[in-house]
Amino acid sequence: MKDFFSRSLQTTIIFLVVGGILALALGGYFSSASDWFGGSVVSVQSWVATRYQAIQSFLTAPQDVATLRNRNAELESELARLQTQVIELQQQVTETQILSALVDFSRANPENTYKAAAVIGRDPSPFLHYIIINRGSNDGIRRGMPVVTNQGLIGRVDAVISNGARVMLITDPASQVNVRLQNSKIEAMLSGSVTGNLSLDMVSQDVTIESGDVVLTSGLGGGYPPDLLVGQVLNVRKRDYELFQQASVQPVVDFTQLQIVLVITNFRPVDISPLLPTQAP
Amino acid sequence: MKDLIAFPVLALVLILQTAVVGHITLLSGYGDIMLVTLAAWALQKNVATAWHWAILGGLLVGFVSGIPWGVPLIGYLLMVAIARLLQRRVWQAPILAMFAITLLGTLLVNLLSLMTLRLLGDPLPIADSFSLIILPSLFLNLLLAVPVYLLIRDLARWIYPMEEEA
Repeated sequence: MKDFFSRSLQTTIIFLVVGGILALALGGYFSSASDWFGGSVVSVQSWVATRYQAIQSFLTAPQDVATLRNRNAELESELARLQTQVIELQQQVTETQILSALVDFSRANPENTYKAAAVIGRDPSPFLHYIIINRGSNDGIRRGMPVVTNQGLIGRVDAVISNGARVMLITDPASQVNVRLQNSKIEAMLSGSVTGNLSLDMVSQDVTIESGDVVLTSGLGGGYPPDLLVGQVLNVRKRDYELFQQASVQPVVDFTQLQIVLVITNFRPVDISPLLPTQAP
Repeated sequence: MKDLIAFPVLALVLILQTAVVGHITLLSGYGDIMLVTLAAWALQKNVATAWHWAILGGLLVGFVSGIPWGVPLIGYLLMVAIARLLQRRVWQAPILAMFAITLLGTLLVNLLSLMTLRLLGDPLPIADSFSLIILPSLFLNLLLAVPVYLLIRDLARWIYPMEEEA
């Protein structure tokens, strides 16, 4: 019983002392002491907080780098995809421009029917100037059909399989095209060469050829339809002691940049070989 | 069964030749990756199908090209014959042998093509053909020789791993 009273007394005294101190503090009697105490607590708090933040950033930094790396990889992947898309779109624009020009050409020449074909390769032999196109007998392509672009004549079909064909260019050394000069109506033979240059042969010495004359197919021989644009006379070589004069021709088509061509499908070459005279034995 | 890999490999080589290599020109010549591939294959130690590859490659090129089909066939077979002969003698220096075969093979195939086309009536001047086609093609083939040889060597080791270790 005695212990109970002494403990209650102690508790009461403690409450009174603490309450008294709080009352004095709230009354402003301990301002200097409370300022010092508050400052100390804030300093310690700041020190602890700074260290904690440093440790936290140290521990979380690798995660951020990994996140950034992932994000960087994602963005690089996206960039590569977009660059690919840009290249594809540029290619489509180029193809559209070419097709548009070819459509204009076919509208301007309605007497012929055309089949468009993409150039998919060149002949494996450097001696031959041939291209390979992606249209064949399934598309109505036949041997001997002329092949043009919107700019002019490029050659004729040399061999055909079901889904492809080989086209001999007019620049091939074995190619010979009967042509005429637009203004002077002079007939001549256009030949290719090893270098891909075109030249006019079999032109009589009596006629006058001038630089800039437009060269068109004549239709003679039945190998090509008439009036297809071939090129322009670049320069003339005339020697008195030769039977014929020669001229080099600048083709209107850039044969190194062939992408899409048109095959004239309503033209059938005429085989005149039976009509040619043969030598008697 | 593994010998059948010649079909996809040579078909791929032909596609590369017509679609890519044929556009990379030097003067009027361009490389012949089929020739270089067949040369590299013929120089591999454990390869016993070099002749088959040459026949297949020659027929493929002959089918696609405007040149008579026998020309690449005969040219490639002769080149493989020289390669097999040379392989036994200079086996210690395969890259050197590769250069030698590429040089001889290019000259052989191109001269064969030139002569055949001239016999068929194509007006091909010999001097121009040499300076504008054959020599530039030879240079490009020599450039192709080392990378193609390394690729074909890896292919041969992949196809015939046991023979390689033995």
